[in-house]
Amino acid sequence: MDVMLRRLAHTRSGDKGNTSNIAVIAYDPAFYPLLREQLTAERVAARFGTAFTGPVHRYEVDGLGVLNFVCEGALGGGVSRNLCLDNYGKTLAAAVLDIPIAVPAALEVRLR
Amino acid sequence: MHIRIGSGSGWWGDRISPAELSAREGRLDYLCFETMAEATISTAQVRARSDEGFAGYDTYLEDRMNAVLPHCIQNGTRIISNQGWINPLGAAHTVRRMLDALGRRDWKVAAVTGSVITDTVCGSQAPILETGAPLASLRENLISAEVYLGADAIVEALEAGADVVITGRVADPSLFLAPMIYGFDWDRNDATRLARGAAIGHLLECGAQLTGGYFADPGVKDIPEPWNLGFPIAEVEPDGSATFTKIAGTGGLLDRRTVLEQMFYEVHDPANYITPDVIVDFTTAVIEETGPDQVRLSGISGKPATGSYKVSVGAHEGFIGEDMFFYAGPGARAKAELARHILMERFAIVGLKAEDLRIDILGVDAIHGAASPEPGCEPYEVAVRVAARCLDRAEALKVGREVDGMAVSGIASTGKRVPFQERVREVVGIWSALVDKTAASGRVEFV
Repeated sequence: MDVMLRRLAHTRSGDKGNTSNIAVIAYDPAFYPLLREQLTAERVAARFGTAFTGPVHRYEVDGLGVLNFVCEGALGGGVSRNLCLDNYGKTLAAAVLDIPIAVPAALEVRLR
Repeated sequence: MHIRIGSGSGWWGDRISPAELSAREGRLDYLCFETMAEATISTAQVRARSDEGFAGYDTYLEDRMNAVLPHCIQNGTRIISNQGWINPLGAAHTVRRMLDALGRRDWKVAAVTGSVITDTVCGSQAPILETGAPLASLRENLISAEVYLGADAIVEALEAGADVVITGRVADPSLFLAPMIYGFDWDRNDATRLARGAAIGHLLECGAQLTGGYFADPGVKDIPEPWNLGFPIAEVEPDGSATFTKIAGTGGLLDRRTVLEQMFYEVHDPANYITPDVIVDFTTAVIEETGPDQVRLSGISGKPATGSYKVSVGAHEGFIGEDMFFYAGPGARAKAELARHILMERFAIVGLKAEDLRIDILGVDAIHGAASPEPGCEPYEVAVRVAARCLDRAEALKVGREVDGMAVSGIASTGKRVPFQERVREVVGIWSALVDKTAASGRVEFV
């Protein structure tokens, strides 16, 4: 079954210069391997398309069940230059929550 | 022996009453205030040039200190704060006067200065991290350059007996690490302990972002009484492990999830979080929920600090013109689309010269831009929001002038406010670079 990431993980974004990082945190350790396998840097980059002008890098923190996506060129040149209403990119963490993730039947009962 | 450190603010505009509550009931050894963002120093410099009444430090300094000083005096809680902005000495003098008025001439107030290196940067060939060009290339438009100092000067002030330490630019975690180095007499070469302390500082530096702020997602991640968040408190152990709590009876939440969200906030490589004092490795963290709204953090590891300070450089980069107007009811979206087309044509007619231009439809694509999915149904109401970044003020003013034109020369049912606020603001562009640590050092001055 495909479900939105929102049912498997929670997220927070932070700004530094023209880069936004989006941490994706599995609600349940059992979800983490699914995220690691399916939520690639390419899929996150594709979610934002031309809204991001730089590459997306992914850091895996297996011990904590966290993927940290570092998105360059995500803030329109940086907070003070950014013409976007959300110049800090605070809402970017919410955008990834609608990415579909395939979940095996055995794990469906654990979904949010 | 434990050291209890409370967060008093996570940014300049943060709420004050939770800090007062922590000062009163938190049994704190230290209360630390973080009030600066990347552009704070340069913005303050620009304001100081045009506003004689601006003191150059946190505009809420008196409000914050009025709220907490009586309790800190009562409880023997020392204060460490980066509210000094471009005038730490002035801020320290203000706190001095407030303490004197409270009859506490015995309380010692120190200012930490020395982070500003604007003059040095004017000739520096060090590359700008974002562009590779030498720092000196910014000379003509330079407003301010300052390094993020570490904990050293704050520790020096504490060793000299300071009860209140007011700093300019200091790395946020260092504000919290300093009292641990001082209180536990940590070896400055003990990267593990320093990293644990810096990690604790990182978790505390954004205030309620550890205790349920920036977290609630109704129906998915609910928290109790989100209107009544308490600020976090860390009870630090001599080995750098810590238990995080908040005042009993406050709203919000402190659990594994809130700790993890804040641990990764503004972090890039989690195994190499670089601070002036140490490099923190979060990947080895052990997070245990030890009670209701109580989390213990241990296992953080670290590596010795680099030989560089990060420099933040602010430069004049022009002006942003911005305004918006509205549509509602049937056809609102189509009207907004037509308005967007009209504005593009009119900007061409007036020859708008913009470095960047956005005309967004708020309710459709104003926040995530090209990443916004097509709405499933017609929005009932939308706003057209226009923003342009221009080199000259005169160009940026054209945004508001053409939005004004939409009032009677626009389309049906255009909702438009008579301008009641400044529609042009100055852009202070922020660049960063690394400089050798010999380029700056913190200085302590008692007032």
